[in-house]
Amino acid sequence: MKKKRKARIPAGAPTLTKDDFVSDQDTRWCPGCGDYSILAQTQRIMPELGIPKENIVFISGIGCSSRFPYYMDTYGFHTIHGRAPTIASGVKMANPDLSVWVITGDGDALSIGGNHFIHLMRRNFDVNVLLFNNRIYGLTKGQYSPTSEQGKATKSTPLGSLDTPFNPISLALASGATFVARSLDRDPTHLRTIIKSAFEHKGTSFIEIYQNCNIFNDGTFFQYTEKETKADNTVFLEHGEPLVFGAQHDKGIRLNGFQPEVVKTINGEYTTNDLIIHDQYAEDTTLANFLAGMSDTPDMPHPMGIFRSVRHPCYEDMMTNQIRTAKERMGEGNLNALLHDGETWTVP
Amino acid sequence: MRKPVEQIEEATILFAGDSGDGSQTIGTQMTETTALIGNDVATLPDYPAEIRAPAGSLAGVSGFQLHFSSEQIHTPGDLCDVLVAMNPAALKVHLQKLKPNGILIVNEDNFARRNLRLAGYESNPLEDGTLAKYQTFPVELTSLTRKSLEATELTTREMDLCKNFFALGMILWLYNRPMEYAMKWVKTKFAKKPQYIESNILALRAGNIYCEATEQFAVSYDVKPAVFEPGTYRNIEGNSATVLGLIAASHKSGLPLVYGSYPITPASDILHGLAQYRNFGVVTMQMEDEIAAVGVAIGAAFSGALGVTGSSGPGLALKSEAINLAMIAELPLVICNIQRAGPSTGMPTKTEQSDLLQMFYGRNGESPIPIVAPSRPFDCFDTVYEACRIAVKYRTPVIFLSDLYIGMGAEPWKIPHLSDLPEIRSDFAVSADTSNGFEPYLRDPETLARPWAKPGTAGLEHRIGGLEKSDVTGHVSYDAENHEKMVEIRAEKVARVANDLPPTEVFGAQEGEILLLGWGGTYGALRTAVENCVAEGLPIAHVHLRHLNPFPHDLADILNRFKRILIPELNSGQLRQLIRSTYLIDAIGFNKVQGHPFHVFELESKIDEVLNEIGHL
Repeated sequence: MKKKRKARIPAGAPTLTKDDFVSDQDTRWCPGCGDYSILAQTQRIMPELGIPKENIVFISGIGCSSRFPYYMDTYGFHTIHGRAPTIASGVKMANPDLSVWVITGDGDALSIGGNHFIHLMRRNFDVNVLLFNNRIYGLTKGQYSPTSEQGKATKSTPLGSLDTPFNPISLALASGATFVARSLDRDPTHLRTIIKSAFEHKGTSFIEIYQNCNIFNDGTFFQYTEKETKADNTVFLEHGEPLVFGAQHDKGIRLNGFQPEVVKTINGEYTTNDLIIHDQYAEDTTLANFLAGMSDTPDMPHPMGIFRSVRHPCYEDMMTNQIRTAKERMGEGNLNALLHDGETWTVP
Repeated sequence: MRKPVEQIEEATILFAGDSGDGSQTIGTQMTETTALIGNDVATLPDYPAEIRAPAGSLAGVSGFQLHFSSEQIHTPGDLCDVLVAMNPAALKVHLQKLKPNGILIVNEDNFARRNLRLAGYESNPLEDGTLAKYQTFPVELTSLTRKSLEATELTTREMDLCKNFFALGMILWLYNRPMEYAMKWVKTKFAKKPQYIESNILALRAGNIYCEATEQFAVSYDVKPAVFEPGTYRNIEGNSATVLGLIAASHKSGLPLVYGSYPITPASDILHGLAQYRNFGVVTMQMEDEIAAVGVAIGAAFSGALGVTGSSGPGLALKSEAINLAMIAELPLVICNIQRAGPSTGMPTKTEQSDLLQMFYGRNGESPIPIVAPSRPFDCFDTVYEACRIAVKYRTPVIFLSDLYIGMGAEPWKIPHLSDLPEIRSDFAVSADTSNGFEPYLRDPETLARPWAKPGTAGLEHRIGGLEKSDVTGHVSYDAENHEKMVEIRAEKVARVANDLPPTEVFGAQEGEILLLGWGGTYGALRTAVENCVAEGLPIAHVHLRHLNPFPHDLADILNRFKRILIPELNSGQLRQLIRSTYLIDAIGFNKVQGHPFHVFELESKIDEVLNEIGHL
């Protein structure tokens, strides 16, 4: 496992439970909202991370998902629309020992905060980003979002939206993200595993979470989340394993030239040996980009799990290193000497 | 035989040429030398927004004005005694600033037909009588520089880059200044390119010898050192003083400095300056935009650092939502606005004071924020330090409202003793001392500041944000009464900053006819004008405000002691509007919005006009 620098709970300290992470505030999302599950899985996984809760900080922007920090009994900062990545960067830079979590949505991260999102990815601060994607603006009551499918009729687009949606996974990969994953609000076990993997990754970890807005966009991801259709419409990525899916485990993904395609692996002309073998640790992003593109292709299953996980230097460590090197080379800064720097003269 | 030397009290020199001619460099060198030999000095760089506008064009003219004296001075001077014009365009742009009978040195080599046409001259001003009222010295600066460098291996192009040092050599001769400081600078600057050390020094000497040897220059001048208070001095630009003030505040408070910024004229030098000081633990982050730049500073403040961001007016417009977040979250934050001429992109390399009301009111909702403004280049040190002190003590964003004129201007600075700097105490919350656990909005009864609890402190886990807070607990609240109460508390907290302020200095008459009330970078011109009036025995005074929000407690009383309050500003009357509405006083404005500082004579004639109106003269 990669070495983490986060402060550990000392041996013998009382063990934390989920309840230790539940704040005294009433949760105020619509009944049935997917956010409840994401909150519950996060609260459940926190005790397993092995860090004192005072070292955990949740930072959010604006939107339904961004109320999240109020419900976590950790340090929290509900900031302004789209800017959570910038504030999280400052928090992490000023204290690299903190475990920093950014909670955001499709509008917050990809529309108003799109610029900060891509720059956070390329700087690779060791922070974790959970993007609740429900393909709709919920808090403002139902306008289309940057992940809404083209042609979507909403209050603000009665004749259908005109813009091509962003693919958050592709965008993160293109921005140089070192950990990119996708999970589902309705698959608690998978979600917890992915959140934990994101925590364990040293560098910016990005998770797109398919989340249902049962008021304004109910069922947008049901084919990927519901028992009847999930197995045939999703493929769960496992490092070193072939991409097999389907209720009968009888389908797989192979590369046909530059195009991933679905093939039958039982009673067909292909076997699992013909399938793509997932390599989440590949430095080259070609495979990850193929996989990311599958969710833009009709009739392809949507990959779930870790698309990419590679180790690159983190911004805060490089900055700390520059400071250490400067002190070694020039000596610890002496303020009085600094004020007298350059040519001076004395009046008696 | 050495030519005669005439003693004079003061002089103003303006170097002007193409952007690439090195006028800023030799202006700075002349300033350094002049300060080091003990004159008081003030400077005004004046350069175009374009990095290299077409050579020889009017748009490409870059100037550097310096004023030095054997007396204390406060401005870079109104009109010039000497103009060095490297080409016809520089002459055309700046000739109006030369005093009648002033010394005009022109690079004759550049007065060929093409350059004259580019500058819009129909005929050659060196020949057509245009310059009759000046002492004109046409010098073949380019050819003479080339000649002095014949023995070197340099290309003609490289030789021509040295002609500014030929000109500097001449001016050093003209004012009897030593060449050693300029030589020392050349040696450091070109340590890695020794061929340029030799060439620049050769050109410098050649210019110097040229003046001594030719009959053109019959007399040189000397300005005796000024009388300064005892102490150790250095020359400093406003933005450099800001850098040092921020580092000093970080050092004194023990808070690590995190500076988030996005490049913008004229604030970038603060980013460049701070970036040099990693060995002081200074973190500088050049972010993707202005909003991210303030965002990292706010995040750093939440983590327990001294969070600072810097920009100019357009950047401040972008940052305003985030500043409001820091305001309601009640986190310490320092925002440096180095003003330039607006609106919109405006005139990026020209000065103005037109962001005052933007800083007061440019945020949604009731959003009071302390504002401090430095008055002169060295005052940036104390004023930005004061901004940090207020921010940390009151847990509030504070705006440091500087401007291009003082940010890029330079003057001698008496270096302070570290022990004289006020204390800045972070006083982090370390434990929850109420029966209800930690209450993030339980305030200090004296300052109304809330506790600053940094993540990592066990037992103080809490949530803050931009939604309205319930008093004491800090929980989200939409309660009507609570909202009004919180608005009032936030206003009262900022008002209480005035409790810390020393008595306001009233220069000149303590009561009488006219009080000149100013703020920011106009200090020098206002003080000089009032000094001149006081010397004539006129009952005039000058008050220069450092604290613009809140105003000092004693200001009301001071304003009431004068018949007229005259508020000169480089805007359309923004402080005047605030003074009128706050104190119900019919203050008079004197406003200039040309991208240039006040001239002393403009202020003096306005004072005369007002004195006439009230029947004093």
